[in-house]
Formats: sequence, C-alpha cells, structure tokens
Amino acid sequence: MIVGFSPDELQAIRLSLAVAARAVGFGLPLACLVAAALARGRFVGRGVLDIVVHLPLVLPPVVVGWLLLLTFGLRGQIGGLLHDWFGIRLVFTTEGAALACAVMSFPLMVRTIRLSLDAIDPGLIEAARTLGAGRLDRLFSIVLPLALPGIVVGAVVAFAASLGEFGAVITFAANIPGQTQTLPLAIYTALQQPEGEAVAARLSLVSVSLAVTGLLISEFLGRRLRARLGR
Amino acid sequence: MITISLRHRYPGVEIDIAFVAPTPGTTVLFGPSGSGKSTVISAVSGLLRVDRGHVSLDGEVLLDTGHGVWVEPELRRIGLVFQDARLFPHMNVDANLRYGLRRAPAGPIRFDDVVDLLGIAPLLARQPHTLSGGERQRVGIGRALLSQPRLLLLDEPLASLDDARRADILPYLLRLKSSLALPMLYVTHSLPELSLLADTVVLLEGGKLRASGPIAELASDASLPLAVRDDAGTVLDLVVEDHDHARQLTRLASSDLRLVVPLVANSPGALVRVRIPAREIILAAEIPSAISVHNALEFHVRRVVDDPLRHAALVEITKGDSVLLARVTPDAVQRLALVPGAAVVALVKSTSIDVLTPG
Repeated sequence: MIVGFSPDELQAIRLSLAVAARAVGFGLPLACLVAAALARGRFVGRGVLDIVVHLPLVLPPVVVGWLLLLTFGLRGQIGGLLHDWFGIRLVFTTEGAALACAVMSFPLMVRTIRLSLDAIDPGLIEAARTLGAGRLDRLFSIVLPLALPGIVVGAVVAFAASLGEFGAVITFAANIPGQTQTLPLAIYTALQQPEGEAVAARLSLVSVSLAVTGLLISEFLGRRLRARLGR
Repeated sequence: MITISLRHRYPGVEIDIAFVAPTPGTTVLFGPSGSGKSTVISAVSGLLRVDRGHVSLDGEVLLDTGHGVWVEPELRRIGLVFQDARLFPHMNVDANLRYGLRRAPAGPIRFDDVVDLLGIAPLLARQPHTLSGGERQRVGIGRALLSQPRLLLLDEPLASLDDARRADILPYLLRLKSSLALPMLYVTHSLPELSLLADTVVLLEGGKLRASGPIAELASDASLPLAVRDDAGTVLDLVVEDHDHARQLTRLASSDLRLVVPLVANSPGALVRVRIPAREIILAAEIPSAISVHNALEFHVRRVVDDPLRHAALVEITKGDSVLLARVTPDAVQRLALVPGAAVVALVKSTSIDVLTPG
C-alpha cells in the first residue's frame, strides 16, 4: 500500500507522527503534574486552573491557535522571550505545530489521568506510610503504578487526537509542506486542488486507520493493565 | 510501656481517652462501634492527627501536641493491620510482604519464619485479587510483621471475615503472640477474640475510658459491661499439672485454684487459658458428697451486683488473688445468704470449662 503514496504524502504522514509524538512527549509529564494537583492538591486558584486546562476542549480550535499566536508569536509575551534569549521560534515551525497539538490534547490527558488518580484507594497510600514509605517513595511505588492504566490510555488518546488536529495547527503554525503540513492539513490542501480527490481519499484512509489503531491500542493496554490490578 | 492520652472531636462525638499498656504483651481495645477504638489506633499509627494528645512508646515520644512533637507515620516503625487488608493490587503476595521489609532496618523478624507462621508459602506468587478474605488478612498481617515494627496495631483484623475464616486465623494470631515478644494493640468487639488474646484489656465506651487492667480482673468484674453480657465469664491462665489418662482428665492449677478438665493435649508445665462462663457456675452452701461435678472449690463472696435485665445477680467470689464470676438468681442469693465475706462453694462442671489454648 505504501507503494501507492507519493513522497509528499509520505512526508505528511511521517510529519504527523512526529508532531503527535512530540506533543505527547512534552505534554504528558505536565499533564501528570496538573492532574495530581487537581486530584490531591488544595491551593488557591485550583478552580481557575481546572477551567484553563479544559478550555481547549470547548473553545473553537481556531481561537486556541490565535491565542497561541498572541502569546508564543514573535511579538507575544513568551514567544518574544524565547526568541530573544534562546533563539527559539515556534510560529510556522514543526515545534509550533507540536505545541498547538499539545495544548489541544492536554485536557484529554489530564482528564483520564485525573480519573485514574481519583480511583486510587487512599487507604493503600496510608498502608504504604505505615510500612515506612516516604512521600516520593509512595509516589513511585504506589501512585504511579496504580495510575498507569490512565496515563497510558490518556497518552494514546492524546496521540490519536494530535494526529487529527487541524484548526489550532493551521492558525498558529500555518500550512507549510514538510514543516507544519500534517495529515489533516494535507487532506484539506488536496481538496482545494482540481484533481486532489484521490490524494485526499488515500490520506483520509490513513487517518482513519491510525485513529482506529490508536483506540484499539488504548483499549487493549487499558484492559491488560486493569486486569493485572484485578479490576 | 505505651502511654496514650488523646482528645479529638468528631461531629457529635468527643473522644477523650488515656491509658497505659504494658510492653511486651497484648492489649485489647474493646467496646462497641463509635467508642473510640479506631481513633486510638489511628492516633498511635499517626494516620490521624488528633486535636490534642500525647503518645509514647517505650520512652520515645511519638506525639505531643503540647510541645509540637509529631513523628511521621513512616518513621514510627509501628505496624498496622487493617480490617480490609489493603494489599497493594499491583504487586503479588511476595512483593507485598517485602514492601515493608525492604524499607525497614534489619530486624529480628525473618521472611521465611513469617511465611511459615502464617502458612502463606503457597500464596507467594498470587495476585491479591485472587485471594480469599482470610488469605488476604494473613498476608496483611505478614506484611506488617516484616516491616520490623516495634509495636503491632491490629484494627478489627477479623471483622470482615465469616465465622469459619475467623476460626482459621485465630490460631495464627495466637502463635504470633506466643512466638514473638512483639507488643500488640488489638481492636475488636468480639468477646472470643478478647478472651483468647488479651493480656491487658482497655474497655472503651462512648469515646471515654471505662476501665483498663489485666483480663483476669476485668472479665470477672461484676460492675463492668463485660459482666452483663449473656456470655460473660471468668478468664484464667493456669498451668497443666498432670494428666490422668485412665480417667481421661487433666488437672490445671494456679497458686490459688485447682481445676479438673477433660483431657487436653498440652504437656505438663504448659500454660493454658481457660474460660468459665458465669452462668455455668453453681453456688452451694457446702460441698455435696455424691455428684458428677469434678470441681468443688471453697470461695468467699466479694461482691453481689444485680443484673436486672436478666432477673439475675452477678456474684464475684474470691480465693486468694483469683476472682470468679457467677450468675445466679436473686432467689439463690437470698436462700444462700450471699453477702460480702460469706463462705460459699462453687461447683464447676469440668465439661463447661472452655480450654481456649489447646495444645
């Protein structure tokens, strides 16, 4: 089947995978922290954090892309600093596309991880305490292993969602072949061209199979990990 | 020695309890639900931060709200056996058992010995969710023991089990008590567990201390709630004196008493614990001549307390330092003129003496 793809199409597929991988790679540790803070923490601004994290789920993706442009653009608060101090430019780059995907898929990760943290019996953590486990020890020996099904499922779902992110990517990172033109952008571009139907159809098929594979993997891993815990 | 004194306010209940428990030895906290038993356990383990309190174990202060002392639970080296076992679901039995062991300083309690003592060798490779309730509880006990605790807390460890499982585990707890010199605080509202395991009893009621002391004293104290239970009775620790195999009898003795029971397997010199139900003791004015009862002992009446609910009277009778509790009718008290100081004969059928610690 690969034989049927043109180099441009293959490039879009590879780029999508790379962008999604980066989005999850950077987003996951942060999502774990935020989920932990929301699940266990008691601090001022917890409610605000909860809302901000979940905003990308309900805002139009274009709006998220534009807000990213405002903050991470060359004249934005953070974007300006990154460029002046470290020479990092995010707009119109692959990293920028990954950032847009990370922000869009962030609430998906936080939600699943938080649910799995909430499901941990606090009694087990108490038991670990009486057995001599300190705070970090408990985190690594009890909390993380028990939250693992949620973390894995969250990562896989976020990866699949990142493959399909359109609005935020095209607004913040534009549609540059080889740099920011991921699968959905390539499909959109193909549909703008007179003879592009066949390309769009092939890439759409790839999209569907990647999405289905992702969901199957997440279902399978989640089931296996839960079975190990006897749930 | 463990000294405990704490105050804690829950909505609707105020806990205010202070007592001293000897170490080593098993101290049973006994009382109905809501009496504050579990609060004591939580405060001693450190999992609950009480409003005010002081806890020390063999001289080391673990909690002193007056001076801002609070040792983190993970540093207390106090083992806790939960009612619901709380095994880690992502680890097999072996890893569960070693969890505390790996984090504890080297200690006298060895892995193989614990596995042996609790009979859990066949379970080591299993996952917790495949275990029965009784097996889970045994693993939970083992896990706590292997953390090399200086004190073991057991919070109603058998409450979630059915009678058959309970009977399965009690012998293990007894072996634990006799083979390790580990002080234990044991919470229960079961009289059989209390009678079998306690050296010291702490009676709690409505968040307050009702009484505390050696079990032999408290079990036969007619003024305490233990005595007005239907199954009230005396608990005695006696030494096996000798066996009469021909007559199938065993003679047990303390410095004050000699009792005959049906043959037991414990060897002479062994310490056994027996329980004599208060309703099984017959009081008489003199020793009858031809009678099937083996045990006819001369006592003096110490105290007579009414038990109006049962239209009965509780009679404490003493011989030397030993006290027995008998439940008779007020009519019998009248007819025999049972007043403090009066001489009386107690008749106890050998078959109605429960030997709690069979060999």
